Amino acid sequence: MANKKLHSLAALFKTPDEIINAAKKTTEAGYKKFDVNTPYPLHGMDRAMGMGQSKIGWVTLFFGLSGATFIFLFMWWCYAVSYNIVVGGKPFLSIPAFIPISFETTVLFGAISTVVGMIAVYFKLPNNSHPLHDTEYMKAVSADKYGLVIEAEDEKFDRTEVTEFLKKLGAYKIENIYFPEEEKYRMFAPKFILFLVVVAALTSALTYVTLNKLMYITPFDWMDFQRKLSAQERSDIFANGEGMRPPVEGTVARGYMPYPYKGQTNPAQVLTNPTIPTKQVLVLGKRKFLTFCSPCHGNFGDGNSRLQGQFPNGPTLHSDKIINYPDGMIYHIITNGQNAMPSYARQVTRDERWAIIDYIRVLQRAQNAKESDLKLANKESVSNVQN
Amino acid sequence: MSPDYSKEITLVQGNLTMADLDNAISKPLDEKPGKKYFIALAFTTSLLLLGVIGVSLTFYFGIGEWGNNQPVAWGWGITNFVFWVGIAHAGTLISAILYLLRQKWRTGISRFAEAMTIFAVICAGIFPIIHTGRPWLAGYLIPYPNSHHLWPNFISPLVWDVFAVSTYFIVSLMFWYVGLIPDFAVLRDRATTKIKKTVYSLFSLGWKFSNRDWRHYEKVYMILAGLATPLVLSVHSVVSFDFAVAVLPGWHSTIFPPYFVAGAIFSGFAMVVTALIFVRKVFDLENVITMDHLDRMNKIILLTGSMVGYAYLMEFFISQYSGVPTEQYAAINRAFGEYAWAYWLTVACNAAFPQLFWWRKFRRSIPVMFFVVIMVNVGMWMERFVIIASSLHRDFLPSSWGYFTPTWVDFSILIGSFGLFFTLVLLFTRTLPVVTMSEIKGVVEGAQPSHHGGDHNG
Repeated sequence: MANKKLHSLAALFKTPDEIINAAKKTTEAGYKKFDVNTPYPLHGMDRAMGMGQSKIGWVTLFFGLSGATFIFLFMWWCYAVSYNIVVGGKPFLSIPAFIPISFETTVLFGAISTVVGMIAVYFKLPNNSHPLHDTEYMKAVSADKYGLVIEAEDEKFDRTEVTEFLKKLGAYKIENIYFPEEEKYRMFAPKFILFLVVVAALTSALTYVTLNKLMYITPFDWMDFQRKLSAQERSDIFANGEGMRPPVEGTVARGYMPYPYKGQTNPAQVLTNPTIPTKQVLVLGKRKFLTFCSPCHGNFGDGNSRLQGQFPNGPTLHSDKIINYPDGMIYHIITNGQNAMPSYARQVTRDERWAIIDYIRVLQRAQNAKESDLKLANKESVSNVQN
Repeated sequence: MSPDYSKEITLVQGNLTMADLDNAISKPLDEKPGKKYFIALAFTTSLLLLGVIGVSLTFYFGIGEWGNNQPVAWGWGITNFVFWVGIAHAGTLISAILYLLRQKWRTGISRFAEAMTIFAVICAGIFPIIHTGRPWLAGYLIPYPNSHHLWPNFISPLVWDVFAVSTYFIVSLMFWYVGLIPDFAVLRDRATTKIKKTVYSLFSLGWKFSNRDWRHYEKVYMILAGLATPLVLSVHSVVSFDFAVAVLPGWHSTIFPPYFVAGAIFSGFAMVVTALIFVRKVFDLENVITMDHLDRMNKIILLTGSMVGYAYLMEFFISQYSGVPTEQYAAINRAFGEYAWAYWLTVACNAAFPQLFWWRKFRRSIPVMFFVVIMVNVGMWMERFVIIASSLHRDFLPSSWGYFTPTWVDFSILIGSFGLFFTLVLLFTRTLPVVTMSEIKGVVEGAQPSHHGGDHNG
């Protein structure tokens, strides 16, 4: 007992009046590090101990307002900046509709900060190793007695003097409170190592089961497994044992048109162009030409393309041979392919092929323009200006 | 017996000392529970099991197990949600509003009422989640940065609900825990076994009953009460927005927030009285939870019940006065249509029976009180059902009209929620002190200094 360090002297009182008086006298005597322990808050004790109002309300105010500001800006950002959700043409910054959540968050932030602040900052809890714990004194004040503690650290503390002082105040019992002996733990105790191993194993097992098994049991399978047949699956419903149902022989796809000259290199007869080169058709033709033809034939059909030298050069489309081809022949070449050129039947639809041909004719005319064409163009531009 | 109103009624009867109070309150925690307790627990857990079966079937097969269908798509899931949220309002009202109003009699019942609040919110929280059909996706309601780059729709009352109910739960839980800290410390110092001592020490956080702590503690309690008071009013207002913001006749009404809040307090108090009648008897706390407490609770039931009755009348009047034919039809259909039986049951239970409490004799009679509060519980559940079903079952298109018929799964989940609630209540009575020890000690006679500041000695 003697080698233990004294923490404080603790006196017990029986009535609220006595303890209020004692607290007052202790304050008057000039002790600073003393405390009063009561089973419930006593009216007037704060004044008797010379303490003012608690300032914790400011914590609530600050964090409550922070919460309100934060959530309001957050909602505005989510709703008006990050991802607009249009609801009946209402404004994205709809202040009345933001009020309920702003209010709830004010309360939430205010309450959490107050409670956490009180426990962690003001009380400095949790702390179960305070010298007052597990003493007869603590048992008495938690039930129905009132206690006063003067700490040994106080500047005016003197053991005999304080004992006399407490006796004079009317304490019915005085207890010496000592610091508890410090407990020491070894870092690498086998028990602790075993504990770590068990925790690690359990955590891994639990994570594995959760992420790989639990998440995919019915009904949590995220629709990964559906009761339907996919094309390549086996099925006993049909006689041939296949899940896939091929179309009946002779079925023609919607929009399919047979092409009679398929596979022939130089058909004697070809289709005739069904289109009239209107502006609309030419715009379509230009777009498709630039997409599919220009990589080899060049943007102006002159064979000077961006793939020059990297690939078999596409020929110029301004040769006499091609100028003299009927539209149907060019259509046949696009559909069927020729020499190094593959078939474009899959990429370009029938109408688009004819539009491309109309555009090629425009390019050919532009490259081999006559005097009369120039006059016509001039006339047109002048008339445009006059208009 | 004529009451003497000239002096304050003593809050704790039978001249109990503080030590007696400690003993009486912690007796259920110190003793091994008897046979009756286990019979009660077996009963409530059986109900809970029934609910678990119902919920499992719902999860496995889907919402089709319920009676919900077009046009009544909200059915019992939302009825139960609103019912339980309503029950949850009594606790915070008692601990926050009555605290701010300096109603000291609340000390005897506040702990128990707050516990019921928390359990009721737990029961309530289950329903919207299982009603979504894929409860494992409920996390999307929380605004977190996700790979979809989507946020919840913050202007939807259903999202307000998520914020309101979860805030209410967190704040109620903290309020409850703050009140429990000194009691855990009392139990810690009374503990006889090592396990009890460790657990109570852990939860008491090392509370020292120091006046330097009490100073902040009392302030924080007041701040929390101040925050919880508007919160409790906002929660059921937000719940009522689920209805009022919709443009459905019978729902689209500005009377809904105050009407729902009054109804919530009404049903919550009825549930608290239902439970207190048993608790004070079973745990010998008749001197702490006195007849005066029940009397006062019944007065509040009378007040809020009359407010609810007024709301019924006003709802009907405004609908007729509005001049909107669909509103007029909805109100008449509610009272005289296919759901007339439920409507008149609601009116009888909520507006008529509580009028018995005008007589002091009935307010202080356990059998009458028990009958009325059970009727109120039934009536308030029916009220939510009537609001939901009667407004929905008459669609704007007469070809879509229907009638809601619950399935046995609906029943099992409703019964299961009661099972969960009472199981939690039973476990609570044996693990935590049902009365706030540190508060009740402060209101026994002679607990406070004879003069504030104790000047007379010096």
